[in-house]
Amino acid sequence: MSSSPTWHRIASALYRRPRLRLALLLGVPLLWMVGVYGGSIVALLVQSFFRLDSFAGTIDRSPTLDTWRDLFTDANMSVAGRTIGMAAAVTLASIMIALPLAYYIARHASRRTKAILIMAVLIPLWSSYLVRVYSWKLILAADGIINWFFERLGIGGLLDAILRTPGIGGPSLSVSYIGQFLVFVYIWLPYMVLPVQAALERVPRSFVEASADLGAHPPTTFRKVVWPLAIPGVAAGSIFTFSLTLGDYIIPTVIGDSSPFIGLAIYSYQGVAGNLPLAAAFAFVPIAVMGLYLFGAKRLGAFEAL
Amino acid sequence: MRRIVSLVAVLALVIPACGGDGEATSGGPLQEIGDSEDKVVIVAWAGYIERGETDSAFDWVTQFEEDTGCAVEVKTAGTSDEMVALMTGSDEFDLVTASGDASLRLIAGGTVQEVNTDLIPSWDTVDERLQNAPWHTVDGKHFGAPYQWGANVLAYNTEVFGGSAPTSWSVIFEPTDLPDGEANAGRVQAYDGPIYVADAALYLKHTRPDLGIDDPYQLNEEQYAAALDVLRTQRSLVGRYWHDAFIQIDDFTNEGVAASASWPFQVNILQAGGEPIASTIPVEGATGWADTTMMHVNAPHPNCAYKWLDWSLNPKVQGDLAAWFGSVPSVPAACDGNDLLGPDGCTVNGFDSFERISFWKTPTDDCNGTSTAGACVPYYRWVTDYLAVIGGR
Repeated sequence: MSSSPTWHRIASALYRRPRLRLALLLGVPLLWMVGVYGGSIVALLVQSFFRLDSFAGTIDRSPTLDTWRDLFTDANMSVAGRTIGMAAAVTLASIMIALPLAYYIARHASRRTKAILIMAVLIPLWSSYLVRVYSWKLILAADGIINWFFERLGIGGLLDAILRTPGIGGPSLSVSYIGQFLVFVYIWLPYMVLPVQAALERVPRSFVEASADLGAHPPTTFRKVVWPLAIPGVAAGSIFTFSLTLGDYIIPTVIGDSSPFIGLAIYSYQGVAGNLPLAAAFAFVPIAVMGLYLFGAKRLGAFEAL
Repeated sequence: MRRIVSLVAVLALVIPACGGDGEATSGGPLQEIGDSEDKVVIVAWAGYIERGETDSAFDWVTQFEEDTGCAVEVKTAGTSDEMVALMTGSDEFDLVTASGDASLRLIAGGTVQEVNTDLIPSWDTVDERLQNAPWHTVDGKHFGAPYQWGANVLAYNTEVFGGSAPTSWSVIFEPTDLPDGEANAGRVQAYDGPIYVADAALYLKHTRPDLGIDDPYQLNEEQYAAALDVLRTQRSLVGRYWHDAFIQIDDFTNEGVAASASWPFQVNILQAGGEPIASTIPVEGATGWADTTMMHVNAPHPNCAYKWLDWSLNPKVQGDLAAWFGSVPSVPAACDGNDLLGPDGCTVNGFDSFERISFWKTPTDDCNGTSTAGACVPYYRWVTDYLAVIGGR
């Protein structure tokens, strides 16, 4: 804290000019968000109003809605539906698995157990994403360890029955939506556990005791006291799992039956066909879906704790 | 404050739109080779440029690096479309091993430059069938040096097929029982690149002569619709479409895949690993690829690039690569005296089946210049429709 005249003058000037202070503080991050991030997204989305020309693959830059008409075809809408369905399923399953785990970590685990459990949840994130996905491909394979395990227990027929479920089954777990779903849940689970655990940690013990004093059974306490206070954490976690599944294009190429998801469709249209206008139009779909999702979450009060 | 934010927002919208396309340098090909730069960057198929990392016997990079001082960097791509996207989107690559369905697109788009064959001493050793092939020679100008060629073979599990090779592509196109008594549903794979529509067309050329398909890359609407129907039937049989060679190798090993359209590369690696996999070209023939090493119009290391072009035609390099990939060398002299390839290597890999192969080329709406605009279905529709087929539509 030097008291040299220059610093003194700068400090006083800033003190007297709150708007300048704000501009200096927010200037660089704002330039990044609006200029680099926002600007590049807008530059991409503007492409959706152009059209692709036949052979040489050049883009015809006169404004047109032809590409948007190409977007709303049954094939493309089924891609969107498939991705949204998977994202919703993954989010629900993650909530169901993360909630008990986070509840235990936040409210019942001793300090040492808490540290060990949180580390256990986080350790997968230390290894490469691709390594984990490829490992799961081997685990889920027809000659993989899950199949072997079911056979050893003599319930191989159960696994076959599961795989025969129409729509989500397949010749093996690795080539089915079920397997894909399992891998998605595994990969995004840490991102659900941590926010929920943080939210549950903030529920004061006195609330639970007061609720018991007023005669509520534990399930009622959970329903009326703990769960409403946990919703912000669940909403934050669900935003992670939903949006990450919505945009993922690596897991559907390694696990599953190659049915395109949004990320893969956009990559195919841009990288394969050079059809940047259609890829850009397709990019609107996850943006719109996430916008609706966040709007719904806000209406349900998910952001009130903020 | 709000005005500052709006100003920044407006600038952010205007500035990206101002970015023009990169100007391609004109001035013709290099007239003489100068000193080596520090490296050469090549976009290639997996397995095409080996430095002994997978198997130490297969290394044709280290010698080149020692002789010329150019370090070799490789970027692998899974489909021709990826290669086109990489080359058109960036100035950092010098060379690309482009198949026929990428090469003409690259030439038409001005992404690759004419090569001066005088600067490639080994040019005359190239197979005569390839020297002026239409996929790299336009108006008498050569746009690259032929590298390797081969077929998209039918890879099959010998235990499932009882030791005798399947005779027709129907084992992966039609629902049927395989010789081991079980259905083929869920046990076959197909390539996920849209050029695969030509394989369906080739199958129809044989099974439905009434459609009058001659060139599987030049399809009118009726022929195209029939090919898509074949592919829709195939979708119900395919477990997973393959994109990455190594993932397919894993599927053959761990997923019980019985048959698939594949490359000799995967078959070789599976056989080396002791798996009961073999390959064949069925009676309908096969699609194939003839790759040309092409140079980017703005190649950052042109001297090293020319040196690699000449090195790539070295008979030992060609023979080693043919043995590794299961392809056919573009230099016939490579077939003799190569230990890795063996005396019959070229014949086994298909040296004599040049005429039976329909080489990849990009479908255009004027049937590759042989008809009027709109007579054939262009490639970008193949992409959209094949993606829809894979998605179950």
